[in-house]
Amino acid sequence: MKFESTVTQIQADNIDTDQIIPARFLKTISKDGLGDQLFFDWRYNADGSPKADFILNTEKAKASKVLFAGDNFGCGSSREHAPWALTQYGFQAVVSTSFADIFKQNSLKNRLLPLVVSKEVHQQLREALEANPDLQVSVDVEPQTFTWPGGPAVTFTIDAFAKHCLLAGVDEIGYVLQHEADIAAYEAKRFSTLNTLVG
Amino acid sequence: MPSKPRTIIEKVWDNHIVAEREGAPSLLFIDLHLVHEVTSPQAFSGLRQRGVKVRRPDLTFCTVDHSTPTTPRSLPIVDPIAATQVAQLEKNAQEFGIPYFGFQNRDQGIVHVIGPENGLTQPGMTVVCGDSHTATHGAFGALAFGIGTSEVEMVLAAQTLLQKKSKSYEVRVEGTLKPGVTAKDIILALCAKIGIGGGTGCVFEYTGSAIRALSMEERMTVCNMSIEAGARAGLVAPDEKTFEYLKGRRFAPKGEKWDEAVAKWKELVTDEGATYDHSITIDADSLEPMITFGTNPGMGMAISANVPDPANVTDSLERESLRKALVYMGLEAGQPIAGQKIDVVFVGSCTNSRMSDLRAAAGVLKGRKVSPSVRTMIVPGSQEIKRQAEAEGLDQIFKDAGAEWREAGCSMCIAMNGDQLTPGQYSVSTSNRNFEGRQGKGGRTFLASPQTAAASAIMGVVTDVRTLA
Repeated sequence: MKFESTVTQIQADNIDTDQIIPARFLKTISKDGLGDQLFFDWRYNADGSPKADFILNTEKAKASKVLFAGDNFGCGSSREHAPWALTQYGFQAVVSTSFADIFKQNSLKNRLLPLVVSKEVHQQLREALEANPDLQVSVDVEPQTFTWPGGPAVTFTIDAFAKHCLLAGVDEIGYVLQHEADIAAYEAKRFSTLNTLVG
Repeated sequence: MPSKPRTIIEKVWDNHIVAEREGAPSLLFIDLHLVHEVTSPQAFSGLRQRGVKVRRPDLTFCTVDHSTPTTPRSLPIVDPIAATQVAQLEKNAQEFGIPYFGFQNRDQGIVHVIGPENGLTQPGMTVVCGDSHTATHGAFGALAFGIGTSEVEMVLAAQTLLQKKSKSYEVRVEGTLKPGVTAKDIILALCAKIGIGGGTGCVFEYTGSAIRALSMEERMTVCNMSIEAGARAGLVAPDEKTFEYLKGRRFAPKGEKWDEAVAKWKELVTDEGATYDHSITIDADSLEPMITFGTNPGMGMAISANVPDPANVTDSLERESLRKALVYMGLEAGQPIAGQKIDVVFVGSCTNSRMSDLRAAAGVLKGRKVSPSVRTMIVPGSQEIKRQAEAEGLDQIFKDAGAEWREAGCSMCIAMNGDQLTPGQYSVSTSNRNFEGRQGKGGRTFLASPQTAAASAIMGVVTDVRTLA
């Protein structure tokens, strides 16, 4: 997983999943069409027309793979519709100083990289983008690097298993299902004396 | 050799490890998987694509709550998209053989209300649901947390989850709550104190005399909002109150099995000498009724306080967040929050829709009228609670006061079912989130306790229940 991209900034702290995709779009039973609903209430006017001044409605953002946001991105609900909407829009990474736990897990399962940077790097990137809004950044998961011309040599941390799954395209559910013997042994030990819930 | 002292969090975790392999997270067994209509359809589709069954339908339980209307059950679901979603869960439950409390079932309700109500939630369990408020079940000493749809699919398929161990965070609440101060105020105070991301990466254990003094329903209120302080789970070690609550409930162990279970549950305490990664102490005696003023649950304060001024915030991003929140909320820095005009009061949600919540609201509303300018909605957490409240005559108190008495569901907490604010409207809400648009696009939410909500409904403005004549 390696790519270069311009950066799309939505610079607010605590962007919650209700902003990323409002709950009224969660009545769907599929994953389709969520990219158009990404940041819906910030992105569209009351009549449904796109707000010209909102970043996600620009051609540049539509071609961008990196969303750059404030601290504690993805807080709130467990809806996986949030990373589905972000990836369908075209993002492959979100850069922030921290992520909410459930959002982070959901993102990794959808090949959306939650890329954590320090406050200093966050500030440096903001300044670099102020100087050059068309700045190209490079993300490379294998060496865990996040760089841009003239910027610091940033190495980000990522859990080794998550990294392996991203790089090798591991199907985690398939991996877990290989543990059949372990699960059966646990069940045999655990439920020999306990009631099951129902029946 | 004496074993190393452990927290209850570690004990529950250790009891559920199925496998641990170098280079991978632990494989954790899940005792109870609660499933609702919104976060499950894509997971069931995934199972079909894989050709995999639900491994343990007997440890899985389905209900509908989020997109269901709270209008009389004799009426059909008008929204065709919601109707499809509800029908899809029914179909999935049938196809995969999972117990299901459907829309018309007399025991339908909010998933985090009916789990405990039916004795499904028990001490020491691991409980998951595709819903961030799963932490509610932690009130019973269960390790309960929200998961995404991919993880829902994983649990359906394998009854296990790949998980990394969280850090432990003791939230000690000592002392005695003053009259008018509630469990809701404890958790809103915690959110205000450590912020919406303060517990990220952690599981809370709530301890201290003020937590012990809470009823089971009040403990559920506290644990429910752990996620609003960033923690995926929050729990309270079980005690006699826990056992008393569970005894005789539908799915609770019976007879000899009950005695065996209680003996095991009594071991679920944090050992003397066990340590936490983080800790905080809250003084219950000094707490006031709390209310939020901003656009996340961490933006809360005592109801007698004034709206904070962004000019006093040093960090530039934080200052901007506060400024933006006040613009959205239409509030002035420095204004008192009490006296702010409101349009809607909502008493309900997995946070505050249980009998004690309804009794508290009814206690304030009895013999009074809600302001004619305020729409007041009372939404019980389950059909069972609805019946019980009606048996006690609470519905009549609400109706006499001019409030609406509705059917069970998530309702205006998440505004997926047609119960919603219109742009610009203000609500005092007993729910858990005040994010922009959470209760309807453009709606503005003040989170508070049922008592504060009821007092505000009467006065038509944000009101400290202690000032009610």
